[in-house]
Amino acid sequence: KPEMSALNKKLTQTLAETISKQVKHFNKRETECLIRLCNGLLGDQTLPGRAVSGLDRARFMDMLHNSFGMTDVMMMDRVFHTFDKDSDGYISVKEWIEGLSVFLRGTLDEKIKYCFAVYDLNSDGYISREEMLQMLNDSMIREPTEEDPDEGIKDLVEITFKRMDYDHDGRLSYADFERAVREENLLLEAFGSCLPDAESTLVFEEQAFKDPPGQ
Amino acid sequence: MGASLTRAAQWTTASSGTGKLEITPINESLLKEILSFVEQFSSRHPQEAKHVFKEPLQWSTTLVASDFKTDYDIRLSQEKDSEGHPLLQLSPPTIFARSFSQLSKLVQLANDKKLKEVRACLEGKDPVVKILGPNRTMNELKSTGCLLYFVFRHFHYREVRLSPAAVKNEVELLKHFCSEGEKRVLKSVRYTSDYEFSNGCRTPPWRQVHGDICYLVIEPCDTETLYITCSTAGVFLNGNAYERTSEMHKDLVTLLKSRSPHFAENINKQDFAVQEELPSTKKVQHVESVDAEEQGQPQRSYEHQEKNVHERARQQHTPNKPGGKTKLEPSPRWKSPGLMSPYEYVIIPLSGKIQKKMLRSDSKKKADFSVSSSPGRQSSQKTKTPVGVMLAEAFSESSSESEEDEEQPERRPESNTDLPSEYWQIQKLVRYLKRGNQTATVLVLCAMRDFNLVQETCQLAIRDEGGLEVLLNLLDTKEIRCKIGSLKILREISNNSQMRRAIADLCGLQSMVKSLDSLVKDLKALAAETIANVAKFRRARRTIRQYGGIMRLVKLLDIPDLATPTAEQERDVEVARCGVLALWSCSKSTRNKEAIRKAGGIPLLGRLLKLPHENMLIPVVGTLQECASERSCRIAIQTEGMIKDLVKTLSCDNQELQMHCASAIFKCAEDKQTRDLVRQYEGLQPLVLLLNKVDNKQLLAATTGAIWKCSISMENVAKFQEYNVLEILVNLLTGQPEEVLVNVVGALGECAQIPANRAIIRRCGGIQPLVNLLTRTNQALLVNVTKAVGAFFLPSFRLLWSLLKNPNVDVQSSAAWAICPCLENTKDAGEMLFYFVGGLELIVNLLKSTNKEVLASVCAVIAKIAKDEDNLAVITDHGVVPMLAKLTNTTDDRLRRHLAEAIAHCCMWGSNRASFGEAGAVAPLVRYLKSTDSSIHQATAHALLQLSKEPNNCITMHQNGVVKLLLGMMGSADEMFQEAAADCVFNIRRLALANDKASYGYPP
Repeated sequence: KPEMSALNKKLTQTLAETISKQVKHFNKRETECLIRLCNGLLGDQTLPGRAVSGLDRARFMDMLHNSFGMTDVMMMDRVFHTFDKDSDGYISVKEWIEGLSVFLRGTLDEKIKYCFAVYDLNSDGYISREEMLQMLNDSMIREPTEEDPDEGIKDLVEITFKRMDYDHDGRLSYADFERAVREENLLLEAFGSCLPDAESTLVFEEQAFKDPPGQ
Repeated sequence: MGASLTRAAQWTTASSGTGKLEITPINESLLKEILSFVEQFSSRHPQEAKHVFKEPLQWSTTLVASDFKTDYDIRLSQEKDSEGHPLLQLSPPTIFARSFSQLSKLVQLANDKKLKEVRACLEGKDPVVKILGPNRTMNELKSTGCLLYFVFRHFHYREVRLSPAAVKNEVELLKHFCSEGEKRVLKSVRYTSDYEFSNGCRTPPWRQVHGDICYLVIEPCDTETLYITCSTAGVFLNGNAYERTSEMHKDLVTLLKSRSPHFAENINKQDFAVQEELPSTKKVQHVESVDAEEQGQPQRSYEHQEKNVHERARQQHTPNKPGGKTKLEPSPRWKSPGLMSPYEYVIIPLSGKIQKKMLRSDSKKKADFSVSSSPGRQSSQKTKTPVGVMLAEAFSESSSESEEDEEQPERRPESNTDLPSEYWQIQKLVRYLKRGNQTATVLVLCAMRDFNLVQETCQLAIRDEGGLEVLLNLLDTKEIRCKIGSLKILREISNNSQMRRAIADLCGLQSMVKSLDSLVKDLKALAAETIANVAKFRRARRTIRQYGGIMRLVKLLDIPDLATPTAEQERDVEVARCGVLALWSCSKSTRNKEAIRKAGGIPLLGRLLKLPHENMLIPVVGTLQECASERSCRIAIQTEGMIKDLVKTLSCDNQELQMHCASAIFKCAEDKQTRDLVRQYEGLQPLVLLLNKVDNKQLLAATTGAIWKCSISMENVAKFQEYNVLEILVNLLTGQPEEVLVNVVGALGECAQIPANRAIIRRCGGIQPLVNLLTRTNQALLVNVTKAVGAFFLPSFRLLWSLLKNPNVDVQSSAAWAICPCLENTKDAGEMLFYFVGGLELIVNLLKSTNKEVLASVCAVIAKIAKDEDNLAVITDHGVVPMLAKLTNTTDDRLRRHLAEAIAHCCMWGSNRASFGEAGAVAPLVRYLKSTDSSIHQATAHALLQLSKEPNNCITMHQNGVVKLLLGMMGSADEMFQEAAADCVFNIRRLALANDKASYGYPP
């Protein structure tokens, strides 16, 4: 119904106005586009009469896979949790835009914080050896001929851990992580892909920010 | 199934020990090869031929005692081994031989029985065991040297393995079975590489050392695609990193039978004969079309990247040469395997270290490692054994192009135990690299970066474990971080020339060039920087051009000119800097200079030249000065208005930059307009100031070069003199390297065109050092020195010449004597004189003088002048011949000598010889021989020799008794003289004989 969509449009604009003031990297128009995109993703979830709290885990992970080619279920789950700041199991419109601002356009500082949050599985402020092993568990083909097929991965975790644990306290603090990434940018996504690559970012933004039909 | 296949020689009884060789074409050809090998062995490898066998080879010979020449007639060789056993012994019908040299000799003796003897010898009991002893361990082989190992391989023909020819034939055969329709047995058969090395292999050289002949992709009708390695040991399915994943089969048909029931069932139904007659061209097309499909984008793997090392091998060389040399043999399956194919030799260099490792290592991997390191090493070896020669050929592609990039011999510790722990740690990491997904790969790459990759051990560790292949394969994935990580390592290790070559061999440059298209700036910069490192040798530079690298690199230079760039734009500048670095490396090849220009690189470089990025300027100017050796580029540099910027940059405070600027000006100042521009932009003074930096020879060479070329314009010379350049240049005439001297002398030569400057050079004492340089051998230097000295000499020469007109006879003769050495020492003296109007007439007229000294000196000058044909023609026209003839009656020995010389030289034109005779010059000359002065004899003999080429003169000479006189002189110690006298007598004698013949009688 036209009145409905006009109302929606008005609401969207107001919401965009508010959010764009609170979120870095996106202007009002872009924010509006992202809200629309979010609504699009919600799809049947937005049936009138049902309370909408945001994107659920499955939809969000679908989006990560389809738009950014992410494949690692564990990492996608962690990205979901990192977006879902209030841990209510849904990514609200605001969380969506806040998350994307780092995800798509974050500065190195913001991305370091984001990645650390992704990798800190139990959110205790540290990445432990165990967490690291858990994240890297499937990152190497096991060699069945070896006595301990996991030896390679354990060794790699050990090498990496030693490299990054600057204060030798047996766990990676945010400071450790930040320092390691500043020294070697490649370590930003050290324990799994959780950021989009340049190409899919470009494609995503192109799609998302193109003028909506009819305007 | 074992590694060796009893495939070649066909024995009636297949057991070892004694047996009879069947008379088959294969055996026939094998025997012939062995025969020629044995025949040539002792001349080719004298050292090895002396090696005494453990036990004598013995067989029943058809030779009898009378076949042996004198030194064998006691049926024993004179040569004995250390224990006194004779090296060759005949006790009919058995013969014993204990060394290759004896075998060689014996075979040569046997004439038409050669083949029989060889056959009998081989049919004897275990020839190989006898040669090498029963326990032929690797140690044994080591002690007897590589060559005996080769012999061992050669003799051990029962183990002849698969050859490239055999594989090729079988593949051709199989391709027939791929036809559509009911008869179809296979879907497709193709090589992974269209490129075939001269030895028939299609695998990269470093795999050939493992015996790999080619890789095949065969699609059976009923099962999954098979990836097959054909090696000398047999054929097998391959997995990651070349390793074997199936059992070894003796040929492809057997392998396919075991894998494809459909194949096994249908293969026997095929009519071989009919299939073989298909035209071969069709199949070639088929191969190409399949290959084209393979060129597609690398697939994005879901969990683990495609890092199969084999993938890289498959891509090898495909773009280079489309396979078109397919030849069909009539009986492909049973052709004798080529014993002489190089791959047989490639595995041989078991010298020293490698062998130790082979002995020591239990695992196949370590053995692989030790051999895989050989290509680089072998090509740098200077051995002249056939092994060395064959290797040199096998690797000639890389070794022939190493002008700038000298191969460095590999420095490797003596044994594995000496390798530092880093080596093993890195090898471990490389293995992880092969197994890891994106995340693990990046972590491993970071871990590798923590090692000191500049260290050769670390580089070798990466290469030996197949790490280069993996690193390069990463570049073909879509994983940006993996690519960046890989390039960071490649950038480091490509500082080593061996690694550079290995990277180029693995088609790494192609992947790097592709990376230049990336959206990610860091990636582009890294790729360009690595390309800059790798492009240190010509083949690499050519590859870069052929794959469109120049164009892409030039594109990187297109950055906006901004006074205050943002952080993002700073990164563009960095990308551009790396791009220029790469172009700089590439610009050392002529065709790349042109390619850079065509891609629009010169104006872009010009724009970068104006930017304030100090660290960018050196590569920019470096590239420009490289390009400036091409005329088209020089024009572009000039028209783009870069001379102004180059001149401006001359005044910077970086000597390397100054050097490149001066060098660019040096090259560009060939063009007049550029020289004028340098002056207009006030570049001459900075150049002169740079002459003070005498300690930096490269800078000095470039600066003096620029000054030289600029001084071609006289306006510049005038300007230079304001800065007292001549004084400085004269000081540089001594104690400088030749590349500086050439330019300094060149500049002095140009400046000396102005009289005032000659005076300055003379005053500064420049003449002596200039003249001293005439003794140098450097051609470029000599050309310039001659020109410079000539500038001084020509005016003096004119002066001397004018003195000939002086009425005073002493002045006349002195001037003439002074002219002589001048004429001798100046290259184009003849040409100079030719334009000296009236000069030649003047000198001829001086022959009318009555003064003996004047006459002698003028004769000396005429002798010199007459060396130039054109001048001789002129003086002949002026009547030099009768005037010289008139002087011949003189008794003055000094005059006689120079006169004879002048006559000798004047004979060389037209009918002068006859004219001298007619003018009565011959008889008096003969009398000169009676003089007591030997120097007269010499000159006279030469003159008489010339004159004797005219028959009438011979008669006159003969009548005057010249023969007797000359015969007496032939005993002279002076060989030239001897020869002249003898030749003269010969001419006279020949005439006499011809005369005798003509008149059918003999004179009294």
